[in-house]
Amino acid sequence: VSELEQARWRRLHPLSPLVHVGRLLIALAIVAAPSTALGGSPWELLAQLVAIGIVALLGLISWLVTRWQVEGDDLRIETGLLRRDSLRFPLKQVQAIDIVRPGLARVFGLSELRLRPAGSTGRHARLAYLRTREADQLRTQLLALAGGAASRPAGLDEERVLVTLPTPRLVAGILLSRLGLLATAMLAALVGTAIASPSAAQAVIGGGVFYAIAAATAIWRRFNGAYRLTVAEAPDGLRLRSGLVATTAETIRPGRVQAIRMIEPLLWRPFGWCRLEVDVAGRQRAEHEGGPERRQLRAVLPVGGRDLARTLLERIVPGAPDERRRPPRRVLLKSPLRYHFLSWGRTDGCVVTTSGRVARTTDWVPLAKVQSLRRVQGPVQRRLHLATIHLDTAGRNVHAALRDRHVDEADAALGRLVELARTARNVATAGPKV
Amino acid sequence: MRRAEVGVVTVAAAGVAGGLAGSVSGWWGGVVAGAVVVGGLAAEWFVRRRVRAWAYCERQDDLLVRRGVLFSRLSVIPYGRMQFVDVRAGPVERAFGLATVRMHTAAAASDARIPGLSGDEAARLRDRLAELGEALAAGL
Repeated sequence: VSELEQARWRRLHPLSPLVHVGRLLIALAIVAAPSTALGGSPWELLAQLVAIGIVALLGLISWLVTRWQVEGDDLRIETGLLRRDSLRFPLKQVQAIDIVRPGLARVFGLSELRLRPAGSTGRHARLAYLRTREADQLRTQLLALAGGAASRPAGLDEERVLVTLPTPRLVAGILLSRLGLLATAMLAALVGTAIASPSAAQAVIGGGVFYAIAAATAIWRRFNGAYRLTVAEAPDGLRLRSGLVATTAETIRPGRVQAIRMIEPLLWRPFGWCRLEVDVAGRQRAEHEGGPERRQLRAVLPVGGRDLARTLLERIVPGAPDERRRPPRRVLLKSPLRYHFLSWGRTDGCVVTTSGRVARTTDWVPLAKVQSLRRVQGPVQRRLHLATIHLDTAGRNVHAALRDRHVDEADAALGRLVELARTARNVATAGPKV
Repeated sequence: MRRAEVGVVTVAAAGVAGGLAGSVSGWWGGVVAGAVVVGGLAAEWFVRRRVRAWAYCERQDDLLVRRGVLFSRLSVIPYGRMQFVDVRAGPVERAFGLATVRMHTAAAASDARIPGLSGDEAARLRDRLAELGEALAAGL
């Protein structure tokens, strides 16, 4: 690709409005089909057709006014007819580049390119849609630009597959999760009522149809998101690929990982399974904001054995500590449910903490990524001579906390961690920026 | 180390409220006024303790901010991690010539603020933090 060609505005693929509209159409069909089938008048049909026509026209216009180009170290996108948006994404600050391919786009051989910037409120850059080959090339090019190197021609092929997720295990994992159990219980209850009295079941179905749809969507998302997940090691980081209908491909660069979390739910423990998630810098919510609606982090390993998780962890954070120190026994008085899982450990470059009431969560935070440290002591903790040390990172929601340690230990740890974090930071700054 | 005179405001508010309530009606008004004054004094005591516990210390590589009586918190914020510093002064604060300095890092959880600084001190702190932040800046 020559310099001249690089600096030219480009359009998205001409079929992209069709894909956009098509996806909307499918949604519309699902919503509107029952009412139409039950006895729709021709007027209703006409209204729906007009709506579809308008949507199609809007899609076409939005395609016509959208263009993009790579200019120097920036990706620029211009879009909008009435309110013109000109977006500029500095590639140096891009955290990750994903390729997403919804089912319909795959039919046409198209994919969407998504850039995640580091800003805490920033918008994602979306290029929907490009031809799949073009998207792959562009991603390599952008990654190379983001990495600082002028261009890295090869490298796409040299990757080593580390993990492939077997589908039966994924299904079992989802069934044994909270969501899966809830759905199973709902289904069982429904079947039960249907056998007992069909008329009552009908009423229940009428009332609960939205919950059913919501649950089904959530389960489908989770299934699709992790279906045939492949983790491969490449020169530029870990590559994740997954999806049944809509596929995603993303690259996690080790230097960008802010924290890693391992979750072991109660029901998975007999099988020795766990879930490994990575946290990269991005939009985040303050601590008090919406707990349940928190977005799930990207799972490197949705369901897998501990050995596997350990291997992956070693790739992302080399030399992660394993040593654990237990809290004093009197913590049992303060947090009886948590006590059994509380512990922490550290090396010179990384801190590990475990916590959790029912599911055990283990968090690893590289000290070079620590943004600030906090020591918090509540009234109960003071009476028991305990204190908690928090390590804040720029990640979305993982942050390590050394909960309920003896005051002396906490103070010593705080002093030492501040020092270690400083050294780690200086080394990271002096070295090549990743 | 510095502290703000927020307590003065509270006492004044309590007095005014009490006086108002007293002037409205006779005997009951007096009782209400007394209760308000007692409440105000109690609040004043809490506020004074809170203000006294609020402290900061500039070290070589980081800033320490301590606050809280019941829940005591100590934040360690490396200069290099500060994304930006802002100085704010609300109407009441401005009337007393005070300002609040707030430090932001890339982590949402670690927001540290120092209220009740005099205007000059706030400006000095802001400039110094900005300068140190630039000198020691580290990537994400």
